[in-house]
Amino acid sequence: MSKTSKELLNELVAKHYEDAAQAKKDGKLVAWATSICPQELLEAMDITVVYPENHAAAIAARKHSQEFLDQSEGCGYSIDICSYARVNMGYKDIQYSEAANIPMPDMVFCCNNICTTVAKWYENLATELNIPFILIDTPFNHIYDAPAHNIEYMRNQIEHAIHQIEEICGRPYDYERLTEVMKISNETAYWWRRACFTAQAMPSPLSGFDMFNYMALVVCIRGKKEGRDLFKLWCEELEAKAAEGKGPWKEGEEEKYRVIWDGIACWANLSPTYKILKKYGINVVTSLYPDAWTILYETNDIEGMAKAYTYYHANRNVDYVAATKSQRVKDFNVDGVIFHSNRSCKLMDFTIYEQQRRITAETGVPTVVFDGDMTDPRIFSEAQYETRIQALVEMMEENKKKKAQEGK
Amino acid sequence: MFLGIDIGSSSSKVAIVDENKNVVAAKVVNMGTGTNGADVAMQAALDEAGITLEDVKYIVATGYGRLKFDKADVQITEISCHAKGVQTLVPDADTIIDIGGQDAKVIRLAGGQVENFIMNEKCAAGTGRFLEVMSRVLNTDLKDLSALADQSTKALAISSVCTVFAESEVISSLAAGEALADVARGANFAIAKRVAGMCKRVGTGKKIVMTGGVALNDNMVRSMAAELGQEVTAVPHCQVVGAIGAAIFAHEKYHK
Ligand code: SF4
Repeated sequence: MSKTSKELLNELVAKHYEDAAQAKKDGKLVAWATSICPQELLEAMDITVVYPENHAAAIAARKHSQEFLDQSEGCGYSIDICSYARVNMGYKDIQYSEAANIPMPDMVFCCNNICTTVAKWYENLATELNIPFILIDTPFNHIYDAPAHNIEYMRNQIEHAIHQIEEICGRPYDYERLTEVMKISNETAYWWRRACFTAQAMPSPLSGFDMFNYMALVVCIRGKKEGRDLFKLWCEELEAKAAEGKGPWKEGEEEKYRVIWDGIACWANLSPTYKILKKYGINVVTSLYPDAWTILYETNDIEGMAKAYTYYHANRNVDYVAATKSQRVKDFNVDGVIFHSNRSCKLMDFTIYEQQRRITAETGVPTVVFDGDMTDPRIFSEAQYETRIQALVEMMEENKKKKAQEGK
Repeated sequence: MFLGIDIGSSSSKVAIVDENKNVVAAKVVNMGTGTNGADVAMQAALDEAGITLEDVKYIVATGYGRLKFDKADVQITEISCHAKGVQTLVPDADTIIDIGGQDAKVIRLAGGQVENFIMNEKCAAGTGRFLEVMSRVLNTDLKDLSALADQSTKALAISSVCTVFAESEVISSLAAGEALADVARGANFAIAKRVAGMCKRVGTGKKIVMTGGVALNDNMVRSMAAELGQEVTAVPHCQVVGAIGAAIFAHEKYHK
């Protein structure tokens, strides 16, 4: 019997870490890279890429992050710094975790389209490990569309990065391979997005927490054929489920409320965050992540690539983000929005109140905010989370009643 | 009869309403979740109403300890219960400030329904705990804090929002010879400032009311009004508003 996408997912995640370790042993170059960077550039030169954010999430999900947080905090990194950064800085020193391991880097590759923290974090890594630092500096999009000079600035940097990579590898750039990787990356992105959008069905065949699981992989094997094939298989499974009218969970477990989860999952507190939602019949049907790795551009179009990377949602203005979320509410028949106010991630948090205000004004759905963190287990409080979630349920219920009355 | 119980972090409150939704008993016991405060408060309220548990047709639990109380028919959050209680006691209120033992929240109502709410972050700043710590430092009973603050002649700012840091700040102020009354008023203002920030986030309406134990502190209510530049009144039976709301929910759920 052929494998299910879930079996394949687990295999591929394990393989990702094993292959990286083996590559290091074989003397290949290893890069540490940020989660939404133009990895195509590295992949094309056969550089093994691993992702510290992902790795930190894997460590936290297995409840091992504290050790690394203690290490970096002991070195003087403040608790106010992103916990992905703190876990990774700790890992740089300890270099071993029972949960998952990544080989030490020969270079770091950073794209600050996700936040400004990463630039300093990677600079510190490069300095302390004395390795090359490649930065693709991405200006924030204060206006709706990226101005031409920003795109040009990015394109120049991508070209410069290609030269840096040539120097590090000691051989000319393999543009042919780049074309191929670009093509695969785009196909993966297509299937990832299409799979996530099956959640538009009522009930949704997809449980949002599953989406978080698959997301772990879309980060690391976007440019590989196995990745593309996995997401295609996953998408086909979901489409089949939707066609049969199957919901996200086991038979008899009803999807009562459909919500957007805004922000990163609480990897360190995954089980209570998930179970409490499920207890009330809440399914996370979407977030902005379906688009985070939907980096689509024409093959060989460096400018298009630059544009795609600068359009990561956290790098766009409030107007864009609020409008996109409101549209999701409508497209996915969403009943409410849960905002994770993440102590780590200032960029994602600082517009929450304005987002709430606009989404409610535009769509009428209620929203709540809870405090948490993705990899620092000390921030989340289960009782406070449940109170906020239950309050959201009560508001969604009132809304449903009101709608039913109006419908009469 | 219908019973609502609000089990908070530092006290348990019970209200009982009759068939006509009239409050026939309301009790507060200064023991919160994790103690037998809930049972003690419930018995006291039953005694006051002159009934036994068998006469109660439906029980709604709310508050921090709601999920651990096994005698309830259903649990409803304190957000909805406060809204329900206020809607019954002050029907035209549209903004509720509730300051309890370990949390502070602001609830906006629209047509009697919860439209939006905000709660303090995982931190004791701006909560009843802050005043408890202050009254300990001032060597005053919590209930006398208001009268003490009324004697103040000078506005003294407490700049720390953190309860722990504010405590040492106050100790230094007292050591520097500041008057107890000024410090007491400063503590009230510190909370008012913090909570006013929350009010601004959800937007204040036309009629603002205060619930929760801290609303017994009259000077605090006036500080809140001064900070917001709007009238603020304490809801009658401010400590049991959540329990009353829960009891009304019990009535409604039973008759549904
Ligand atoms: S969690 Fe936020 S702060 Fe941390 S690396 Fe990601 S985007 Fe940057």
